[in-house]
Amino acid sequence: MAVSDISPIEQVLEPSPRALLRRRIFGHAGLVIGAFVLISIVLMALLAPYIAPHDPLDQVLDRKLIPPIWFDSDKATWTFPLGTDHFGRDYLSRLIWGARISLMIGVSAMLISGVIGTTIGVLAGYFGGRVDMVANFIITTRLSMPVVLVALAVVSMVGSSLTVVIWVLGLLIWDRFAVVMRSATMQVRNLDFVASAQALGCSTARIVLTEILPNVSNHLIVVATIEMAHAILLEAALSFLGLGVQPPEPSWGLMISEAKGLMFFDAWLIAIPGTALFLLVLSINLLGDGLRDVTAPEGRN
Amino acid sequence: MLPYVLKRLAVAILVAITVSLITFSMIYLSGDPAVALAGETATEADIENIRRYYGYDRPIMVQYLDWLYRAVQGDFGQSHYLKKPVAEVIFERLPTTMLLGFCALVFALTLSIPLGVLAAIRPNSMIDRVALTIAVVGQAMPSFWFALIMMLWLGIYWRLLPITGTDSWANFVMPSIALGYYITPAVMRLTRAGMLEVLSTDYIRTARAKGLRPMTVLFKHALRNAIIPVVSLAAVQFGFMLGGSIVIETIFAINGLGFLAWESIQRADLPMMQAIVLVLSIFYIVLTFLADMLNAWLDPRIRVA
Repeated sequence: MAVSDISPIEQVLEPSPRALLRRRIFGHAGLVIGAFVLISIVLMALLAPYIAPHDPLDQVLDRKLIPPIWFDSDKATWTFPLGTDHFGRDYLSRLIWGARISLMIGVSAMLISGVIGTTIGVLAGYFGGRVDMVANFIITTRLSMPVVLVALAVVSMVGSSLTVVIWVLGLLIWDRFAVVMRSATMQVRNLDFVASAQALGCSTARIVLTEILPNVSNHLIVVATIEMAHAILLEAALSFLGLGVQPPEPSWGLMISEAKGLMFFDAWLIAIPGTALFLLVLSINLLGDGLRDVTAPEGRN
Repeated sequence: MLPYVLKRLAVAILVAITVSLITFSMIYLSGDPAVALAGETATEADIENIRRYYGYDRPIMVQYLDWLYRAVQGDFGQSHYLKKPVAEVIFERLPTTMLLGFCALVFALTLSIPLGVLAAIRPNSMIDRVALTIAVVGQAMPSFWFALIMMLWLGIYWRLLPITGTDSWANFVMPSIALGYYITPAVMRLTRAGMLEVLSTDYIRTARAKGLRPMTVLFKHALRNAIIPVVSLAAVQFGFMLGGSIVIETIFAINGLGFLAWESIQRADLPMMQAIVLVLSIFYIVLTFLADMLNAWLDPRIRVA
């Protein structure tokens, strides 16, 4: 038997943890589909200036309400594949630019709420006792205020703009971060490596940043996806009620709101932005569920 | 049990006071409420009059305590727009929202509990996958969009249901579904997880070994225990739904508290907005308190810890 016939060492050994992880990621249909759709939407948002065929704000009234290309109508044209709205604005371009607004609000609000919620949750979980009691009180108080109503009221009083919506949502939806981070930190806190870090004389800040946070990051990522989807849905609802992103900006929620009066005649006007919103939120949720399954396969139920 | 009850009650009251403070200070977000009320054409003297008329010239702490003192007695002041007592208007509108919330809850529970049980009996089966898909899709659907789509199909194309108003029970079908489907995934997942856990316990195995009928084991032995956390989740979700009904009521023109909230926000009717936020928050606090009590009563481990 020649030396070359002996199977390579890699085949004999167990697959490496990284290879296992890769296998788990690509074997998870939901995760792959979610990531694919989300990456497509992110690319669409980033490349909006280059791929949008028209100016999303350009109103031409003599070309209004052209139906999308799949309608059997004389007016349908490849110049406006998804048609035009009641101001004659290209629907495809508005949809592409709208992805920017949804993603920007989703990511920014998620980051703000993530910082607030993680701080509260990690402090509560790490120190316990009085700190935990205070944190619990803050969380309970926040939970008892109805999000949509408070957001609407605050936005109406401060005046609605993209920045205001981002901050109001960010300041309102940190509760899940806090609750999940609190219990995750409590579990990690009593493990031996935290005790040994303490024995080595590490400062509390260092222990939290280098020992606790990396070990709860899988929970953090999952909550981040949930809250990003939540923020996107809330922005759409606020814009739909007229107190979110203001016209003529192309927010998907606002597009549905503007088309509401015409939906009985041209249902595609609400179907298109609604589907986009649905796909975006669905892809984020699939990604989050998938990451949870992949990083913590034992907790799948 | 009593120390636990008192402790929770004290926390609930403290939370309610904090919420009332936040709700009250909300009107100062826009700067001077008198200027906001007076409108753009008002003169300096008009603003001064309004400030004095509504008592905005007093120190904020005095205003808050006065407002709270009256609110506890059920007096939320006069609506700036409707010129009627706020409490009177709220009590007119509250039953409609309660009815809507109740119907939505019934819809959500009758859909999610059986699905959750079925999914737990056969994990990873076809039913489990279908239930999971419904949950994932349901969570991604914007409720206002879902409401509009329903309106279009059930109301316009098929002419099955009236699309707006509150004239008959039929008016409540679509809003209840639109409001209730959003909490279905959470309830279903909790039912499934609870049932899976209970079904793997020893006493279920014993019950099966005794030769009890599978249905008896499933419903009398397993579901009874698995349903406990679902009950408290349902109570909490009911509170969330009342807060979220603002979107659904606006779409279906249902004359409830949510629609009133939206109208008040549009009209900058500050006392009304404050009162609605406070009433809904207090309602939520009471619900969670009751859910906690129920849980503690059913599960002694909670009240001892």
